Amino acid sequence: MPKRHSPDVVIIGAGVVGAACAYYAARSGLTVAVVDRGPVAGGTTGAGEGNLLVSDKEAGPELDLALLSTRLWRELSATLPPETEYEPKGGLVVAPDEPALRALRAFAEGQRAAGVTATEIPADRLADLEPHLAPGLAGGFHYLQDAQVQPAQAAARLLAASGAALHLGEEVTAILRDPASGAVRGVRTARRELLAPAVLNAAGTWGGEVARLAGVPLPVLPRRGFVLVTEPLPRIVRHKVYAADYIADVASGSAALQSSAVVEGTPGGPVLIGATRERVGFDRSLSTEALRRLAAQAAALFPVLADVQVLRAYHGFRPYLPDHLPAIGADPRVPGLHHACGHEGAGIGLAPATGALVAAALTGTAPPLDPAPFRPGRDFGPADTVPPQEQQS
Amino acid sequence: MTTSPSEPRPAPAPVDLAVVGAGPAGLAAAVTAASLGLTVALLDAGSRPGGQYYRHPEPALGAARPKALHHDWAAFAGREAELRAHARGGRVRHLAGHQVWSVTGSGTDWTVHARTDDAGAESVPARAVLLATGAYERHLPFPGWTLPGVVGAGGAQAMLKSGLVLPGRRVVVAGSGPLLLAVAASLAAAGARVPAVVEASGYVPYARHPGTLLRNPAKLAEGAVHGGALLRHRVRPLLRHAVVEAHGTDRVEAVTVARLDRDWRPVPGTGRRVPCDAVAVGHGLVPELSLATALGCATRAAADGTVALVLTPGLRTSVPGVWAAGEAGGVGGAPLALTEGEIAAHTIAGRAVPPALVRRRARLRAFADVMGAAHRPGPGWTGWLREETAVCRCEEVPAGRVREAVEDLGATDARTVKLLTRAGMGWCQGRMCGPAVAALAGDGPSADRRPLACPVRLGQLAELPALPVD
Ligand SMILES: Cc1cc2nc3c(=O)[nH]c(=O)nc-3n(C[C@H](O)[C@H](O)[C@H](O)COP(=O)(O)OP(=O)(O)OC[C@H]3O[C@@H](n4cnc5c(N)ncnc54)[C@H](O)[C@@H]3O)c2cc1C
Ligand SMILES: Cc1cc2nc3c(=O)[nH]c(=O)nc-3n(C[C@H](O)[C@H](O)[C@H](O)COP(=O)(O)OP(=O)(O)OC[C@H]3O[C@@H](n4cnc5c(N)ncnc54)[C@H](O)[C@@H]3O)c2cc1C
Repeated sequence: MPKRHSPDVVIIGAGVVGAACAYYAARSGLTVAVVDRGPVAGGTTGAGEGNLLVSDKEAGPELDLALLSTRLWRELSATLPPETEYEPKGGLVVAPDEPALRALRAFAEGQRAAGVTATEIPADRLADLEPHLAPGLAGGFHYLQDAQVQPAQAAARLLAASGAALHLGEEVTAILRDPASGAVRGVRTARRELLAPAVLNAAGTWGGEVARLAGVPLPVLPRRGFVLVTEPLPRIVRHKVYAADYIADVASGSAALQSSAVVEGTPGGPVLIGATRERVGFDRSLSTEALRRLAAQAAALFPVLADVQVLRAYHGFRPYLPDHLPAIGADPRVPGLHHACGHEGAGIGLAPATGALVAAALTGTAPPLDPAPFRPGRDFGPADTVPPQEQQS
Repeated sequence: MTTSPSEPRPAPAPVDLAVVGAGPAGLAAAVTAASLGLTVALLDAGSRPGGQYYRHPEPALGAARPKALHHDWAAFAGREAELRAHARGGRVRHLAGHQVWSVTGSGTDWTVHARTDDAGAESVPARAVLLATGAYERHLPFPGWTLPGVVGAGGAQAMLKSGLVLPGRRVVVAGSGPLLLAVAASLAAAGARVPAVVEASGYVPYARHPGTLLRNPAKLAEGAVHGGALLRHRVRPLLRHAVVEAHGTDRVEAVTVARLDRDWRPVPGTGRRVPCDAVAVGHGLVPELSLATALGCATRAAADGTVALVLTPGLRTSVPGVWAAGEAGGVGGAPLALTEGEIAAHTIAGRAVPPALVRRRARLRAFADVMGAAHRPGPGWTGWLREETAVCRCEEVPAGRVREAVEDLGATDARTVKLLTRAGMGWCQGRMCGPAVAALAGDGPSADRRPLACPVRLGQLAELPALPVD
């Protein structure tokens, strides 16, 4: 493929977010170059699970982004090759007792108003959806829109379909700026200067460092998650299944949903159980406590799993911003600089809608939804004060 | 979902040293440490000590002379007797049939988590940890390598030692490394015909290090013994050749042997067929580092193309409180493993290391490096793969899919190939296909990353003692 002299946009990061941005930017007629210091999907994308969830998001901007993504993922599944393993399998959120079920009902009510399809499943019908579920649950909700992809494949296939020029194994060491206007002019790697009028920071958990290269702060932090993978099994888990517990925090008035590990089968056979959430920096050591919790929660939902072998465990570092929303769009502080990072535990799900928003910002066209809640220049508030070992899906 | 907190179990008192692996290195370390006054727990997946090298014939076979297939059985038998004495004296707990899936902790506060053969669990607290986890065979796939009758060279040797079983009647021995001669000699001595010993490297590089070789007379003698045995059976190694294909339908019936160029690329038109009913193939060993890398121990690229641990002369890893000995620090053979086990025991006990041990280690390591470099696979070997040749047997991933991931999808390393193709995600967790996948990805060897060193029952994880949330 002949290399263009100068693309319209350079994207830093070949994770699923960078890939989706490349795809939608290219579809809007822009020429795109993608640079990554590692391989495709070598960052957090390679450690993600591929849940495309609406069920775990309360009504608000993130749910809106997720709903748009749900539609876009369905569209993409018709274009991308089957290796992407898109599966609109639906989610099942179960409540262990009556109070939890009542809370779940109220939560689902709010989601329905935003466009979510959630159907209450009485206790005696849960087995129709999931025959191996533990007995004694109070009931649950079936979320039709929850789906799944294989994250690394999704990133690789989106990139391939974008036709973007790929520069792998090249770290961006500087963001070039016009001395007079301060506008970005491109990026520098050890091997080249890539000149472009727009640079997109899609560096995930490392987005704060990349922003710093352009001279602006962006408080992206790592949040560790562990996942357990079992031996290949016949299909015993059909949906994305997790349990919900309501934390009645009347004082804050927030409908926080505490949920346990998501349990799901994969086309390849193994059951995935994930993920924990801990803020421990980039600590790579194994936490047996994290594994214990995942295993205990999975066995509580599906007692048959107690006797299966766990083949492997892995971890990754979710990129999060203090207000738990991603930063998407043009940075008002540096002309030509755009961000698409900080998607925390939902970047795979939110990637297409993020790409569509970025493409609209780059081309100056009407965005598919209100981008204001995600603007990179917003006040992120104080770094949050959640206990470091708190555990949700 | 509420999860019932596990019953708090009374924590047993920590031992001074937990040794993982009871091969030559771990066994030597355990008995030496005990004799220096430490309390020791020796954990090993196997039912008897000895590791990959010292193998006990199945008792049912009633074989009277296991020594026949071991050069230095006495070195082992002596230590095994010491082990039993220390166990009786309460200084060593030998936990056979304990496979360690994780080591957690730091400093002088470690827990070694094991699964037992009877589906039980044991977590051993310890003040220091020695990883003596040894190595496993390096496999380079070739068309037909999944046919029944194709076995690992080390596996064939192990079968002979422990069960005295032959993999076939006419066995081609192929691959690279000093083990090939040993295997061929054992097979011939046990009554098999060995139509060819096919060695991919030349022995030329040995000649460049005559000093190192001369300083290792025992090794030379060992080679001479094998060589002599082979000559008696009229087997001569075919250098710079490789088995590039195995033929057969239900079982291997013949192999194609071809000449290799300097980079191990098969030279077109040089293939010839050799009939056989079994093939024993091996390309040396790969250090087993799952536990070490999960702990964050620093690694290095070894001369043989594998990844080994970075160790100080006293055999400390880069993680304080964790030591390693034997193949984990670089493949080097049983005598080196014994020596390193003794050195590590001394430094863990805070004693000066006897100079004779230091000298022996230096000599044997130098020899191992020469051998390792001589038998390091050349980059051209992937030339004998076909698109449909299975690279990952567990997940049935052919070479073509790996190449697609590399050429079309942006995979530049083994990890990304795994994510895109599932190669390395099955039961063996990449121990079988890892070197091949890395080579196809154009990647150097990368350290094992397996936070779980072996499969664990989910229920066992669920029943771990709960930790307080802080
Ligand atoms: C255990 C776990 C489970 C998860 N499960 C899910 C799930 O089920 N569903 C879901 O939607 N999300 C999930 N997530 C979250 C999801 O994985 C992330 O939100 C998402 O992958 C982020 O993608 P990204 O493209 O922004 O970042 P990344 O994939 O990390 O990509 C960023 C890239 O930028 C590159 N880079 C950084 N700095 C530079 C530089 N200076 N120069 C060049 N390149 C650079 C990196 O090499 C990297 O490849 C999970 C995360 C974890 C850890
Ligand atoms: C298949 C095979 C055949 C061989 N044949 C020969 C031969 O014929 N001649 C020769 O000279 N050399 C041979 N070798 C090489 C020789 O075995 C080694 O040089 C020597 O055994 C190294 O000693 P070690 O103590 O470092 O490791 P090993 O002997 O490999 O011992 C490591 C021990 O650690 C245990 N272990 C590993 N991980 C765990 C874990 N997570 N939990 C519990 N236990 C664990 C293993 O079960 C094993 O018992 C062979 C090697 C292999 C792999």
